[in-house]
Amino acid sequence: MIDPIFLLEAAVNGVLLGGVLALLALGLNLIFGVVDIVWIAYVDLVMVCMYLVYFLVMVYGWPLWLAGALSVALGALLGLGVHLLIITPILGKAPVNQLLATGGLLFFLQSFATFLWTTDHKTVRLALPILEVGGMFLSFTRLIAFAISLVAMLGLWVFLRRTYIGTAIRAVSQDREAMALMGADPQRVYFVTSAVGGAMAGLAGALLIIQYSVHPFFGAAFGPLTFMICVLGGLGNMVGAFVASFVMSEIISIGGVVISTEMGYVIAFVVFIVMMFARPGGILARRG
Amino acid sequence: MRPGRVAGAALLALLALGPFLPMGGMRQYILHVLIQILIWSFIGGAWSVMGRFGLVSLGHGAFLGLGAYTVTLLWNFYSLTPWIGGVAAAALTVVVALVVAYPCSRFQVVGHYFALVTLAVGEVVRLLIIAERNWTGGSLGLSLKPATGDSLLAMQFADKRVFYYASLVLWLAGLWIWYRVDRSMARAAMEAIGEDETAAASVGIHVTRFKMGITMLSAGLTAVGGVAYAQYISYVNPDTLAGIGVSLRIVFAVVLGGMYSLLGPTVGTALTIALGEYLRVVFGLRFIGMAETIYGLLLILFIIFLPSGIYGSLRDVVARFVRPARLASGVR
Repeated sequence: MIDPIFLLEAAVNGVLLGGVLALLALGLNLIFGVVDIVWIAYVDLVMVCMYLVYFLVMVYGWPLWLAGALSVALGALLGLGVHLLIITPILGKAPVNQLLATGGLLFFLQSFATFLWTTDHKTVRLALPILEVGGMFLSFTRLIAFAISLVAMLGLWVFLRRTYIGTAIRAVSQDREAMALMGADPQRVYFVTSAVGGAMAGLAGALLIIQYSVHPFFGAAFGPLTFMICVLGGLGNMVGAFVASFVMSEIISIGGVVISTEMGYVIAFVVFIVMMFARPGGILARRG
Repeated sequence: MRPGRVAGAALLALLALGPFLPMGGMRQYILHVLIQILIWSFIGGAWSVMGRFGLVSLGHGAFLGLGAYTVTLLWNFYSLTPWIGGVAAAALTVVVALVVAYPCSRFQVVGHYFALVTLAVGEVVRLLIIAERNWTGGSLGLSLKPATGDSLLAMQFADKRVFYYASLVLWLAGLWIWYRVDRSMARAAMEAIGEDETAAASVGIHVTRFKMGITMLSAGLTAVGGVAYAQYISYVNPDTLAGIGVSLRIVFAVVLGGMYSLLGPTVGTALTIALGEYLRVVFGLRFIGMAETIYGLLLILFIIFLPSGIYGSLRDVVARFVRPARLASGVR
């Protein structure tokens, strides 16, 4: 029998993981809801940003916050670049081609990272204490990452609710044709969305590098999980993706402690598949 | 005979004589590449059997891995001949495909959602193989237990020519099945379903039955491809035979060639494998990752500029020149 304190620790760690996963899922989901294309290579953009932070901090000795800010900027640039170079030419093409174009980007980024930086795992080490709360050991680093991602998500929420362009983004994700008829410029909305989604990838990269080591196949490790969270929450549904992140992270974290790391993921993916049949529109969708 | 048939017969004769053509010291290597092209073309064809009807699966790695691992484990632990093991592997894969396809079809999981559900299935199989490392070898993979010398029973041969002819037969069988599906009622039904499921159901097409049938056929064929690959390489690994990487590679090759034509998957697979081998030979061990980088870049460019595939686009161009001439001379 497993000591309940371990289960509790796993549950708390699950919440902390969920915060960062939610950041990833919201960025991807924002883009999907507006542009209607799944960026298969989204987490590979995060991987590139993680390398940026690693090099700035560990090799050039920059302070972490400055490297993080630069990572957000790089993410936004990458988001814009992907939209302009890859997404714009294939808008309105067959869905399988759209999936594959970003899938090609996945191969490209993965192998280019291997070429430039080899397959070594690279870590940013922070000398932050490990907190002991009631017999549980919690990493202070993870707590900070969790707090920052919550603030970022709050910021995204305010941006989408309170600004003019944010309202336009929400409107486009509800009805693409009607928005164009209302005189909104879809291109501008696409640009802003891709940049914001990319910036979230950059922030997620900065928060992930202080918890995990980065390697060229990082995207393959976190990518499938991120898509599944988006689908589980309902593609384009922000609140759903937020809730789904914590459901998945809890399953992975507790399953990992009780059985094994791989089985934690297996259970999470099986739950995803079953949920797709039970609630195809996402966990928060009303049954039609 | 029409020119198309002549070309086909000539190609077939060339392929049949392949191993006996003078190739100098490159014989083993060229045969190796050809065998890979034939097996992966067969797998690509199996994917396109369902992919062409809008059932875009990103989880064919699951079927491939199930096939390869079932046959390998049965042989290694129970010394069951791959001839029976292969049938068992295909049967198991068809059952798994049934379990996934039934709810997908029943609850109308289509488009992006279908792609992502199948992607999850692929990852589940990969992770299960890694998790059960006590008998699957985990991420280190597993070698086939060697038989004593050449053995038909064990499907192991030292001579690559045997595998060459076996994979040639397999490839032709795949083409034949593709052709039969193309000329069957199922094609018309599946195209109607792909356009509009509700409308198809309203004219009396049994949507679930057709969708599941085509998925099971595709999965079973993919498992057979997995068995063939495992027997030839005599080593299985979860990262090369299951999961998102290999699933995407299969889809890439097919879309690159063109999934709506008989030879599209073969053309696409031959090109991607030839390109991969060429880049590997050029760069060797000097710039690790560079070959794959160029491969990824070319894939993006091909998808953007040749959306209907190389073979498909080429055929369109040829048809544009040939058809008016035929009409003018009254020959069909």
